[in-house]
Amino acid sequence: MSYQLLSVDKEGLATSPGLKERNYMGLSDCSSVDSSTIPNVDKKSSLNFKATELRLGLPESSQSPQRETDFGLLSPRTPDEKLLFPLLPCKDHASGNKRGYLAKSGSNNAPASKAQVVGWPPIRSYRKNTMASSTSKNTNEVGLGPLFVKVSMDGAPYLRKVDLRTYTCYQHLSSALEKMFSCFTLGQCGLHGAHGRERMSEVKLKDLLHGSEFVLTYEDKDGDWMLVGDVPWEIFTESCRKLKIMKGSDSIGLAPSAVEKSKNKD
Amino acid sequence: MDRRFPFKVLEHIFSFVDSNEDRNSVSLVCKSWFETERRTRKRVFVGNCYAVSPLKVARRFPKMRSLTLKGKPHFADYNLVPDGWGGYAWPWIEAMAARRPLLEEIRLKRMVVTDECLEKIAASFRDFKTLVLTSCEGFSTDGIAAIASTCRKLRDLELRECIVDDLGGDWLSYFPETSTSLVSLDFSCLDSEVKLSDLERLLSRSPNLKSLKLNRSVTLDVLESLLRRAPQLVELGTGSFSDELDPEEIAKLTKALSELKQLKSLSGLWDLLPEYIPLLYSVCPRLTSLNLSYATVQMPDLIDLLSRCSKLQKLWVMDLIEDKGLKTVALCCKELRELRVFPSGADLDETDVTLTEQGLVSVSEGCKKLESVLYFCVQFTNAALVSIAKNRPNFRCFRLCVMEPFAPDYRTQQPLDEGFKAIVEKCKDLRRLSVSGLLTDKAFEYIGVHAKKLRMLSIAFAGDSDLMLHHLLSGCQSLKKLEIRDCPFGDTALLENAAKLETMRSLWMSSCFVSFGACKQLSQKMPRLNVEVIDEHPPKTRPDSSPVERIYIYRTVAGPRLDTPEFVWTIHKSPEVGVSRLSIR
Repeated sequence: MSYQLLSVDKEGLATSPGLKERNYMGLSDCSSVDSSTIPNVDKKSSLNFKATELRLGLPESSQSPQRETDFGLLSPRTPDEKLLFPLLPCKDHASGNKRGYLAKSGSNNAPASKAQVVGWPPIRSYRKNTMASSTSKNTNEVGLGPLFVKVSMDGAPYLRKVDLRTYTCYQHLSSALEKMFSCFTLGQCGLHGAHGRERMSEVKLKDLLHGSEFVLTYEDKDGDWMLVGDVPWEIFTESCRKLKIMKGSDSIGLAPSAVEKSKNKD
Repeated sequence: MDRRFPFKVLEHIFSFVDSNEDRNSVSLVCKSWFETERRTRKRVFVGNCYAVSPLKVARRFPKMRSLTLKGKPHFADYNLVPDGWGGYAWPWIEAMAARRPLLEEIRLKRMVVTDECLEKIAASFRDFKTLVLTSCEGFSTDGIAAIASTCRKLRDLELRECIVDDLGGDWLSYFPETSTSLVSLDFSCLDSEVKLSDLERLLSRSPNLKSLKLNRSVTLDVLESLLRRAPQLVELGTGSFSDELDPEEIAKLTKALSELKQLKSLSGLWDLLPEYIPLLYSVCPRLTSLNLSYATVQMPDLIDLLSRCSKLQKLWVMDLIEDKGLKTVALCCKELRELRVFPSGADLDETDVTLTEQGLVSVSEGCKKLESVLYFCVQFTNAALVSIAKNRPNFRCFRLCVMEPFAPDYRTQQPLDEGFKAIVEKCKDLRRLSVSGLLTDKAFEYIGVHAKKLRMLSIAFAGDSDLMLHHLLSGCQSLKKLEIRDCPFGDTALLENAAKLETMRSLWMSSCFVSFGACKQLSQKMPRLNVEVIDEHPPKTRPDSSPVERIYIYRTVAGPRLDTPEFVWTIHKSPEVGVSRLSIR
């Protein structure tokens, strides 16, 4: 039996990276099988999508009126500025993520690659829930979630992220950062040989920093850059937004007394 | 002349036939074989609880001792199946309780299990030994307490990734002081604290305990005391691994761990702190299975651990392992058979770990026994897939999740068709495949042509047209489970290959372009398929051409199910009726 299908036009296929516009409507025409009983899906737009649209979610949810009727109900491949996938689940279900219904929020601003798609990436909700509450258990403080801050280092090709709640003191944090960024500090690292490190005995990063040109700084909630180590640990975790391992020369603007203080801590 | 083997002889021969697939084949040979087989089958497996009625199963297998059931479709794991969809264990428990009181083992996956079910189990099966619930929900710790207190011969109680209404840790104290039969206990998915003294006493009186998986609220400082009482453990799932210990406690715990001479499997390790890694050194050389997927340990600490695990066969880890760590695995873990790498970041744009396709390539090169992979990665290349396929033609399970939807080969900007072609061409034994990234219909043509042993296939955001589905349904001879989301195909391929669907266990399609009319047609054409539409609004209020958001099609001899919620519609077989939603509970 001949199998007639309209194949998608492939013009957009191999050329541009990222997302491509595709027209799916041409595909649902079935010419061979039982065509009498299967209604032809119109190629373009006479299907009133608004009426037939599966609106799963709050009927009054903010639906963007501009909806391309060239595309199917879900237009998986649209340029960045169009709504991509069904977005976040129904907001009226406080129990949250188990309800699979999709509320299309119609926000055309979300760049495609950052859209939150239900069930994507395919990670079990059990794992997601567990990871989300990952560190609040450690601190014995109810209601506090993990406190991820980005850590960048001058000259390093990429950022790291640390969860401040997994550390209990500056020493702890220093050790961790030292290990993470050791590969970037030339000739200063003496890691991996020492395995007997049940306890961080010394503030290795600070040693490192003193021996080299780097200082550990953080951006607090007011947007100011401060040197790490001045304030009590708890206050630090509450106000730290970002960490940066800066070159010493860049940190001149920061409170010099703080630098002095930290040197004297040894 | 009666040419049949005497029943006793057949029975004896069949006692050597273990696998359910073989037994199913045996039962098709002739009536007497069917009868003999059914009277001797002890372990019953039902892959879709709606494919057959509990009563029929209970009647068919009088010697049943073990029942395994699966309920919801696999995509329920990713929130694509709404709450209340179904998968209730009760009808099965009830039927077995009435007819098969000698049942000893029940294993359920993705089902709704209530406290009532658990109480019924406890009350009805006097020799009950094994309860394993995986990804189940609907019960509370009260139900667990009922099992613990009443099942005198309980050997295995395992709650794997279940969603439990946790009313407290009392349930553990319900194990009677006289119970000494426990072999495996897994309560890792529960939240609340159990009483330490209860747990200690339970361990002390359970000399046969081989597998213990604690929950996160069991703190590190009490671990030593528990391990001391169970040095015979083969599998250990620790609780939290991040609490502060003083040097003496550390020394004691190190010693307790080193005393676990039979330990082969280690998991838990929540929030493992780098400075505690050395505590594990003593167990590493014996480990065959290591689950670090909840341990937020980063590089390079992971190397210290992995380089010591030369016997490792199964490794679950987060992408914090990075390419570097996987290189170590490739060098040190030569026995590796299964690798799973999970993403640590919550969002797609958290690419601050260097895990690339290179990591998987290294492992495929170095670990010659590798046969099962689940790999989450932001982007991939065809070249990497081709290398991987060449290195490891022995893959049985290959699941690649390129997290960026529609991501092409990032070097060439081509679709990943050629890469997956290599996989299915070279890996002739491939049973399970998940594809991702930018894929055209060609990829599915390759899969249809080559993946002859493929049983389960998962697809998302891929393909161009109906051809894609047609290739799969007409080509993959062994296909049993197909799940598809957000792919642009419509009705034609589905209807053309309708007969294929009866050879499969199930087909899930969501956010595709299948029309309501096609669903009706399909249902009318195929009497032994249940075609279920998941939709808030009754499909019959829509024109036939309107696309259906989610459909789940499965073969069944039990007819349409009677427990559908208001958003699930079974398409009726007779054309005038259209849809039926029989809601008799």
